[in-house]
Amino acid sequence: MSVIARIAVQVFKESVRDKVLYNLVLFAVLLIAASYLIGQLTAGQDVKIIKDLGLAATQIFGLFIAVFIGIGLVSKEVERRSIYGLLAKPVRRHELILGKYAGLVLTLAVNVSVMAVALYAVLGYMSWVETEEFRQSWDASATDPAMLTAILLIFVQLMLVTAIALFFSTFSSPILSAVLTFGLFVVGHFNADLRNFEGVVDSPVAASLARALYYALPNLAPFDVKAQVVHGHAVPFGYVAATSAYAAAYICALLLAAMLIFSRRDFK
Amino acid sequence: MARYAIRLTELTKDYPTGFWRPRPVRALDQVSLDVEPGEVLGYLGPNGSGKTTTLKLLMQLIYPTSGRAEILGRPAGDIEAKRRLGYLPELPYFYDNLTAEELLVYFGGLFGLAPAVARTRASTLLDRVGIGAERRRRLRRYSKGMLQRVGIAQALVNDPEVVFLDEPMSGLDPVGRRDTRELIQSLRGEGRTVFFSSHILSDAEALCTRVAIMVKGRLVSTGRLADLAFEVQGWELVVSGGERGDLAGLGLDAVTTTVSDGRHVIELPFDRPPDQVLPELSRLRFQVVSLTPRHESLEDYFMRLVASRQEPAA
Repeated sequence: MSVIARIAVQVFKESVRDKVLYNLVLFAVLLIAASYLIGQLTAGQDVKIIKDLGLAATQIFGLFIAVFIGIGLVSKEVERRSIYGLLAKPVRRHELILGKYAGLVLTLAVNVSVMAVALYAVLGYMSWVETEEFRQSWDASATDPAMLTAILLIFVQLMLVTAIALFFSTFSSPILSAVLTFGLFVVGHFNADLRNFEGVVDSPVAASLARALYYALPNLAPFDVKAQVVHGHAVPFGYVAATSAYAAAYICALLLAAMLIFSRRDFK
Repeated sequence: MARYAIRLTELTKDYPTGFWRPRPVRALDQVSLDVEPGEVLGYLGPNGSGKTTTLKLLMQLIYPTSGRAEILGRPAGDIEAKRRLGYLPELPYFYDNLTAEELLVYFGGLFGLAPAVARTRASTLLDRVGIGAERRRRLRRYSKGMLQRVGIAQALVNDPEVVFLDEPMSGLDPVGRRDTRELIQSLRGEGRTVFFSSHILSDAEALCTRVAIMVKGRLVSTGRLADLAFEVQGWELVVSGGERGDLAGLGLDAVTTTVSDGRHVIELPFDRPPDQVLPELSRLRFQVVSLTPRHESLEDYFMRLVASRQEPAA
């Protein structure tokens, strides 16, 4: 096993021991309770709401894991000085960054997969207890495989958020990293507005600045296809591929920058 | 094979201080030092003298402002050199959620050890540093002293040729210090090079083949303990025969201890050299059993050096 893989497994092990995966229990309880309550209140819309809620919860729970573990991956090691022992081993600094990143992505993959299974199980149960006539009124079947597309894009988005958190944690404190990462997450969802900015301002400087920010900041809105999937609209493969490629490029850039900063850093 | 296990050449490190107008503060100033294979070198100095900075430069946890640090003929930070060294950081801290056994297996894996080999080695090393059944407890429950022992074990997981120990005695109780002393002695017996920093001078006195003394980022003295210029602070004179009461007449009663078999041990101060006292003692029918000069301790030597480097008070 390579050094990167060993560090990744270690990060995963630590997350499990840190009871990070307990959030899955909370997720399952939330989903089951919501499906029961919503089933009592709505007629015919409950599957749609559960799909929406389930996908949103997958994203939010994943976001918290990506940010709160992501920011601690490097900064906690530095703060607690455990990095001294680790870097004295035959580990190159960039291997440490890649291993940490891969470990958290592995944690997220397990987390998102279990959430997806739980969501499908609840929806499958709801479909099973409904009459055929009721099922006909739904835009898409309860266990529509297209939901996997939305889940995949949520996962890719979480990979990107993890890279952002890791990048910040290579040079700033955990609190500042968390603030900056959440900030970028929020800004990333409204990034498209920056493109429209030039149409509403006269100043060419402001317009250029907005355009530069539009290209520099991560654009996270395209990863959100929940609404389409919930309403049974198809998400083309080309769209998924292009969005994933954008994420891959952004992640590579962030990891490269993180490795560069980290490789030059003094651990005082 | 490299001529030197460790070689520092004019190693210098400046830290910038201040936010708006950072100014460099010199933590290490042109330190040059060679350590031969098999040597146990005590790297001594008070807090802030640059000991930990030197070790961090050797581990490439920080980068030098100028100069060079080499381990086994390779530059600090080189992966091949890292494979052959062990390092105990000052006040070590590891992963809370791992057990001592898991930590050693994990670190062993980073050296490319197969899991079975790493487990066997972990078990042997934890026995060696005196971690018993608690090796299966998570490290978050370990005391400072136990973490220090685990820290020493992890520094040996790769069977290193060169071992760096940053303040290995700190946080240890007397039993822990004795065990660590014995362990360092056994590392020396196995032919490993040991570079350890300390401000506990009695430990260095007992362990080192050579010491290097740091004051304010500078290497001020290096040499075998026997060769360092220790000042004579007095003499220990053992006499027999005569009457204890006669010693009082010579003004020596306060510095005399009478031991069994009628011998008296007289601690002569520096201002009462033996040639002044011996004729008197002879006249009073005392016989000299032994006369040994009393050198200043390493601690006194060290304090004298520190004092000579202090700026005069304004």
